[in-house]
Amino acid sequence: MNALLCPITAVWNSSIGKKLLVALTGLALVLFLAGHLIGNLLIYLGAEAFDEYAKALHEALRGGGVWIARIGLLVCLVIHVAATISLTRANRAASPKYQHEAVIQATKSSRIMIWSGLTILAFVIFHLLHFTVRVDSELAEIAKASPHKMVIVGFSNGLVVLFYLIAMTLLCSHLSHGVASMFQTLGFRSRKAAPLIAFLSKGYTLVIWLGFCSIPIAIYFFHFGC
Amino acid sequence: MSFVLDSKIPAGPLDQKWSKHKMDSKLINPANKRKFTILVVGSGLAGGAAAATLSELGYKVKCFCYQDSPRRAHSIAAQGGINAAKNYQNDGDSVRRLFYDTIKGGDFRSREANVHRLAEVSVNIIDQCVAQGVPFAREYGGLLDNRSFGGAQVSRTFYARGQTGQQLLIGCYQALEKEIHKGGVEMHPRTELLDLVLVDGHAKGIIVRDLVTGKVSSHAGDAVIMATGGYGNVFFLSTNAMGCNVTAAWRAARRGALFANPCYTQIHPTCIPVSGDYQSKLTLMSESLRNDGRIWVPKSKETAEKLRKKQITADQVADDDRDYFLERKYPSFGNLSPRDISSRAAKEVCDEGRGIAPTGLGVYLDFRDATKRLGESTIRSRYGNLFQMYDKIAGEDPYKQPMMIYPAVHYTMGGLWVDYNLMSNIPGLHVLGEANFSDHGANRLGASALMQGLADGYFVIPTTIANYLATQKPGSASVNDSAFKQAEEETNSRVNQLLGINGKRTVDSFHRELGLLMWDNCGMARNKEGLEENLKRIPEIREEFWQNVRIPGAGNLANMELEKAGRVADFIEFAEVMCHDALSREESCGGHFRTEHQYTEADPEVQSGFIASGEAKRHDDTFGYVAAWQYNGNDQAPTLHKEPLIFEDVHPSVRSYK
Amino acid sequence: MLNLTLKVWRQKTSQDTGSMETYDAKNIPEEASFLEMLDIVNTRIIMSGGEPIHFDHDCREGICGSCSLTINGVPHSKEKGITTCQIHMRKFKEGDTIWIEPFRARAFPVVRDLIVDRSAMDRIIAAGGYIDVRTGSAVDANSIPISKMDADSAFDAAACIGCGACIAACKNSSAMLFTAAKVSHLGHLPQGQPERDKRVLSMVRQMDAEGFGNCTNQYECEAACPKEISVDHIARMNRDFTSALIKEQLIS
Repeated sequence: MNALLCPITAVWNSSIGKKLLVALTGLALVLFLAGHLIGNLLIYLGAEAFDEYAKALHEALRGGGVWIARIGLLVCLVIHVAATISLTRANRAASPKYQHEAVIQATKSSRIMIWSGLTILAFVIFHLLHFTVRVDSELAEIAKASPHKMVIVGFSNGLVVLFYLIAMTLLCSHLSHGVASMFQTLGFRSRKAAPLIAFLSKGYTLVIWLGFCSIPIAIYFFHFGC
Repeated sequence: MSFVLDSKIPAGPLDQKWSKHKMDSKLINPANKRKFTILVVGSGLAGGAAAATLSELGYKVKCFCYQDSPRRAHSIAAQGGINAAKNYQNDGDSVRRLFYDTIKGGDFRSREANVHRLAEVSVNIIDQCVAQGVPFAREYGGLLDNRSFGGAQVSRTFYARGQTGQQLLIGCYQALEKEIHKGGVEMHPRTELLDLVLVDGHAKGIIVRDLVTGKVSSHAGDAVIMATGGYGNVFFLSTNAMGCNVTAAWRAARRGALFANPCYTQIHPTCIPVSGDYQSKLTLMSESLRNDGRIWVPKSKETAEKLRKKQITADQVADDDRDYFLERKYPSFGNLSPRDISSRAAKEVCDEGRGIAPTGLGVYLDFRDATKRLGESTIRSRYGNLFQMYDKIAGEDPYKQPMMIYPAVHYTMGGLWVDYNLMSNIPGLHVLGEANFSDHGANRLGASALMQGLADGYFVIPTTIANYLATQKPGSASVNDSAFKQAEEETNSRVNQLLGINGKRTVDSFHRELGLLMWDNCGMARNKEGLEENLKRIPEIREEFWQNVRIPGAGNLANMELEKAGRVADFIEFAEVMCHDALSREESCGGHFRTEHQYTEADPEVQSGFIASGEAKRHDDTFGYVAAWQYNGNDQAPTLHKEPLIFEDVHPSVRSYK
Repeated sequence: MLNLTLKVWRQKTSQDTGSMETYDAKNIPEEASFLEMLDIVNTRIIMSGGEPIHFDHDCREGICGSCSLTINGVPHSKEKGITTCQIHMRKFKEGDTIWIEPFRARAFPVVRDLIVDRSAMDRIIAAGGYIDVRTGSAVDANSIPISKMDADSAFDAAACIGCGACIAACKNSSAMLFTAAKVSHLGHLPQGQPERDKRVLSMVRQMDAEGFGNCTNQYECEAACPKEISVDHIARMNRDFTSALIKEQLIS
């Protein structure tokens, strides 16, 4: 037991170790986002393709696949959130305030990471209750017949769409710093590679934002699929 | 009573003295080493290297510095490089040649044996520093690069961009931190020495003040090492750091240590000129600029006047109206003439009224021709960082207008007198680096200060201190001894006296007044009249200081005015001895130029064209000695003791750079 | 001549709470340096019966790393690649208000006014920021060739003057750039290899123990560094630390 606990505490108890956890779990979540988006975009191919994809997801490994993924993602999320909260608390304790504050060049998104992150967390909980646990029994009924239909109905509510769009924007703010940051923490950034990394992270963020936002916009404003 | 000093130079041929001395030196049993406590004051190249090395050997070391970290000692500011007789360039360098160049550069006023030892250990220094990870400049093949520096005919200078001193000091600081971590060195930063404690005539301890809490306390040890740098700040304006001071050395002198050759001060020719009376320090521009820059002033006073009033700019002065005075006077060395010669030449043209810069104290260092010849990109790659630094300070772009430079006090060759073991005349008190007097004679060559500091700290003192310690019973002194109690009391009462004056003038105003007086009459050129005036004026300044200085605040917390006041009080007393030395040395040599003693048209050497008129004239027969001064209190003149300089190996010749 | 208003942090001892005080700085020559401006103000304070503003300074040419003022919220001012002592008053305008505060971080307790205790940085170096080589035991300097590129990179990192601006500029008071510069300096050189893993582990652990914050990759440190040391060195340290940690915990 000790042999297992020792490396874990060694990682958790060090600033770089903890950041490493944030970066690695962040990487997993970033990759998940890409997969999730590709799946979601199937909605544009029609109800059949989307429902088939949903079915395939649920039937992978005799229904175990989706649970493995869910548990994996949950673990990543918990570590990501726990580590960042712990890091943020340490940061606050370490840094007294200036009477006259100034920022030299830090980006806005880098300075609101904890707030964008916590909003995303709230959104994720809502999102899971909404489309995965389906606390709304009416929506749950629809989902049984067609997940495609569930999405269309789900996004016909203006408030839901608004919250979704805000959350996606904050997610992209979070990603625009987080993805590039990941390279630095994992030790892959250099001055020479920095422009490429900036291009990758900004490009990725933009794709994620456009992709995820397009669906509720298409549905709510342009009545796609209705 | 004046006496002749014994430098304890080992017998035998010059090139075998050091190896023989190492063999003959006493050894301390490893089990006994840890029973000896050595107090090291100063954490620059000399002090830091000594503290780290002595701790590695097993001694218990306590190290003190006034800065908040040992990494900030002023060794850090050396730009150019460090000499070593490695002959990696295969250009004919050798220990012998480095030795000879250093002796000659010092105008034959240094000790042969010490200088030869310095040249010998110079090669070990480079090895040591590279092993510590000092990132010296390298060639593409991966081997170390060298450059020629300060007019040397061979390339023996190792460098790390323009920050060699910083890199060497960081190497040394890291070694020191390593020993601190291992528990061998107890470090006391923000702690200033205020007195030396003698027990039965031996240096056995120090009195220090904690610069944060103001607490005055005693530290006892078996030997004391002072590596506290030079006294250039006696001039107020110098290239030294603001905190550099003579206090440690002067406190030792007050306890009986002899102060040797205080009049030997080095003026660096390429500094940024003074801009106003608020000025706190002068900034050095690396001497390497003289490799490509040409130094000039206008031929006529009228043009100079117009330049000073900014009615015209330098580029509007036609070539025929320019006087490239170094090239004119010293055709073979030109702009690369040695520091003392270049500095004096600049002063002369400014005294003639041909100086530029608003104050009239400045000459041009012009890169116009070099830029034409080499292209701006080459100039940029060679001097880019220096040009940028100049721009930052002077607010002028040196790519467009020539730089303005003027000489400034840079280094002091004099210091506490030490024998071959680097021990002063007080048994147990050892003095290293710029704080001692031994290796540079009357003038130091470029890139030799770093060499000497590290040689003393890494390689000399670890061997030679054993000769003293072997005669001592470890741990014999205790802070409970009456000598400590008494010294502590004296220190406390001096602090209280300073705080109690509550006069009308700031510490800086006294320091400025003293500095100006010293610069005018005991600076680049000296004469009897000026020095005698100083000897009259300095006691008056001292008197007024002790009656009219204002030091606000209390002694039991950080109080920078109090710190400064103690240092300035010591500078004032020291300045008097310095003037005595300059007055008694009736000759010119290296950094000491007496206007009465210079070559004139009447001299056959000038007529034959061997030397230019206006050059320093040495009198080897009457002044071929080290002048070591004993302080006798403020109301009595100091006593001069002599150490004759005996040249067995080289023959003193006249320095000619014509 | 400039007429300015200064807002200066005054705090008598580390125990006191401290506050901002306002001073008039009249007739300041434009050629004066920033610290000379403070000298002038201090002289006036002393002559009018007050106690001068305390600040750390020594070489006044940008290399010793003593000076440590946060000017208008930015360590060493917003000018790039400069220390406090290298700032000149010509960069300010008539009537400006200048905020002057110490380098702030919990690990840098205030000693007096603008002076802070930066000994935590020394302890990080003491934890492993060196090559353990006894004096006199070195081989010939040219026996180990080092590629110019490595030597130059090592120098870039070694240019650190230990002023602490990186820490003071960081919103988390993280000492990553300072620590990384040393890890990277020695890690670039063949002489530094034997202790490479041990060095990074102990230095990072000491850094954590001193109560510095964590890096959030905002690179304020690089922007404030008077020697413009690159955050690439932080990436390198992250890599070194990870590999050393894995080796320590799982292999040897």
